[in-house]
Amino acid sequence: MEANSAGYWKATLGLLTKIMIIWFLVSYGAGILFQPVLDTIKIGGYPLGFWFAQQGSIYIFIALIFYYAKKMGEIDRKFDVHED
Amino acid sequence: MDLQTLTYLVVGASFALYIGIAIWARAGSTSEFYVAGGGVHPITNGMATAADWMSAASFISMAGLIANMGYGGSLFLMGWTGGYVILAMWLAPYLRKFGKFTVPQFIGDRYYSKSASTVAVVCLLMASITYVIGQMTGVGVAFSRFLGVSNETGIYLGMAIVFAYAVFGGMKGITYTQVAQYIVLIAAYTIPAIFISLNLTGNVFPQLGLGGTLVGTDTTLLERLNQIVVDLGFAEYTTSLPGSRLNMFVYTVSLMIGTAGLPHVIIRFFTVPKVSDARYSAGWALMFIAILYTTAPAVAAMAKYNLHQTVNTAVATGGDLHAPESSLVYEERPAWMARWEKTGLLKWEDKNGDGRIQYYNDATKNADAAAKAEQAGWKGNELTVNADIMVMANPEIALLPNWVIALVAAGGVAAALSTAAGLLLAISAAVSHDLIKNVIKPDISEKGELMAGKLSMVGAIILAGYLGLNPPGFAAGTVALAFGIAASSLFPAIMMGIFSKKMNKEGAMAGMLSGLFVTLFYVFAHKGIFFIKGTEFVDLIGGPNSFFGITPEAFGAIGALVNFAVAYVVDKVTKEPPEHIQHLVESVRIPRGAKAVDGAH
Repeated sequence: MEANSAGYWKATLGLLTKIMIIWFLVSYGAGILFQPVLDTIKIGGYPLGFWFAQQGSIYIFIALIFYYAKKMGEIDRKFDVHED
Repeated sequence: MDLQTLTYLVVGASFALYIGIAIWARAGSTSEFYVAGGGVHPITNGMATAADWMSAASFISMAGLIANMGYGGSLFLMGWTGGYVILAMWLAPYLRKFGKFTVPQFIGDRYYSKSASTVAVVCLLMASITYVIGQMTGVGVAFSRFLGVSNETGIYLGMAIVFAYAVFGGMKGITYTQVAQYIVLIAAYTIPAIFISLNLTGNVFPQLGLGGTLVGTDTTLLERLNQIVVDLGFAEYTTSLPGSRLNMFVYTVSLMIGTAGLPHVIIRFFTVPKVSDARYSAGWALMFIAILYTTAPAVAAMAKYNLHQTVNTAVATGGDLHAPESSLVYEERPAWMARWEKTGLLKWEDKNGDGRIQYYNDATKNADAAAKAEQAGWKGNELTVNADIMVMANPEIALLPNWVIALVAAGGVAAALSTAAGLLLAISAAVSHDLIKNVIKPDISEKGELMAGKLSMVGAIILAGYLGLNPPGFAAGTVALAFGIAASSLFPAIMMGIFSKKMNKEGAMAGMLSGLFVTLFYVFAHKGIFFIKGTEFVDLIGGPNSFFGITPEAFGAIGALVNFAVAYVVDKVTKEPPEHIQHLVESVRIPRGAKAVDGAH
């Protein structure tokens, strides 16, 4: 049981790390730090960095939370700690 | 039917709806009062969270702020949405598993100390009360501008409506009125935006219209807007930075972790039946929020373009902005300008005596723009525009029917009321549950606690109303301060409580207090001790924004870093938390065994 709960927590943290990296890249990365570079690319009338800052990052945030909820459900079942 | 009557009818109908819900959703137990009985569907909770979250500031002021700040305004968009990713993955499911009524109760139990819970109550009250002041003044502003009543009458009316459903319904009444308020406010926000986007770009989705091409030309909206504002001496719209890129970065971090640490948002996730529901519910909440937050930047750019287009005819034709005949003749201004001039939100002063309106940046650092203005004989900017106009005058600018204007009024009021109610619940729960039940009178009966909860709610409404009527002169800065406090005190304590088994009470308390202290110190240095004018001590810290150019509004993230660092050091030199606390943390981490939320200690 002890090993099991350690495995569960490790899997959870692994998922969190993966998602937080994407979360950081789309907002702080594309939206702020690399905005001047990305703005040289145009997408549908938007400078790309500006688009990430005012639109894109928000859509990706939503996708990230639903992806997290789904994956955590799978991890819960795999380690048999899900709710009934 | 004239506009005033129609507005009264629409707003009156929305109030009737909220009171109807209040009568249906009375709270009969502490569980219903604190967490709506714990049986709220995740989508319903998502919608209620969205209304809880989107305040008068989001609805009325945010688009105007973005219009003024351009690209820099993105920090509000990312900051106030990205926090939900943190909330969904780091806090909400674990606090739901913990299964108690309030945030301070988690801190008290996890750090095995009533003092820790009391420190958390103090932080919570400071964050929530400063936040609610902003909402009450927002209620007054919404009423007075839309309904033509005085600010005071507006606040009394708002207090009466919130009283009706928050005191009798508690979280249960608040949840279901918030759902109704969400529908009213999102319709009120998106309908004018859709029509404005259609007018300007021919695109029915404002989110796409913002990147679209202006109707009848092959120039994009953003390109044209950049040309105009630069020509008139303002900063380029799509690249202007708020101070520095570093400040924008840190400000965004502060808003994100402040969002995740605000108690009135966290407690919404105690109302869903299961841990997995809490995870999905955060996704739904962000989706409902995003409908407004992805529309707002479009409203900002389009309203800014429309305003320039109205006062300068060369904006649409592509002619010379500085030609004498391009500036709008004051006497020929559209009716909506005359209407908003009466409120003082729009002011014109004919500095060069030509009877025309010149709207430009007369303090520009752009030598080219300054020279052009001088050559044209302009003697200074003549139009003062309050940023709130960008949302409130939208339906009129887009020539929409009167019922849309009335709907926007109802939406503004709904946004202010829903957030105020959520905050008032967080405040009254902290008083009745964490102070009265936990510290002062632990043997209080369930019925007694419910009564105490309702009385605390009455007290909180009166306090909020009083502060709204006599704003302490810092109403404008309150929302930023609330985020700073939540980010620097509550967020790190909760997070470490879940993610570290070894963090002890000494570390957590020292962390919360030092994070709070550092943040308040930096803010007060700029704005005065408790915002009292004349008590600023900014020279003492080496001048304004002396800490790497970080503005006081953005300082919450630095406060949080201090909190983490102090907690870590103090934790290392004091003794480990007891065995049973480490087991508690383990059980919080797994979903199995989640029970209905209750208040037992």
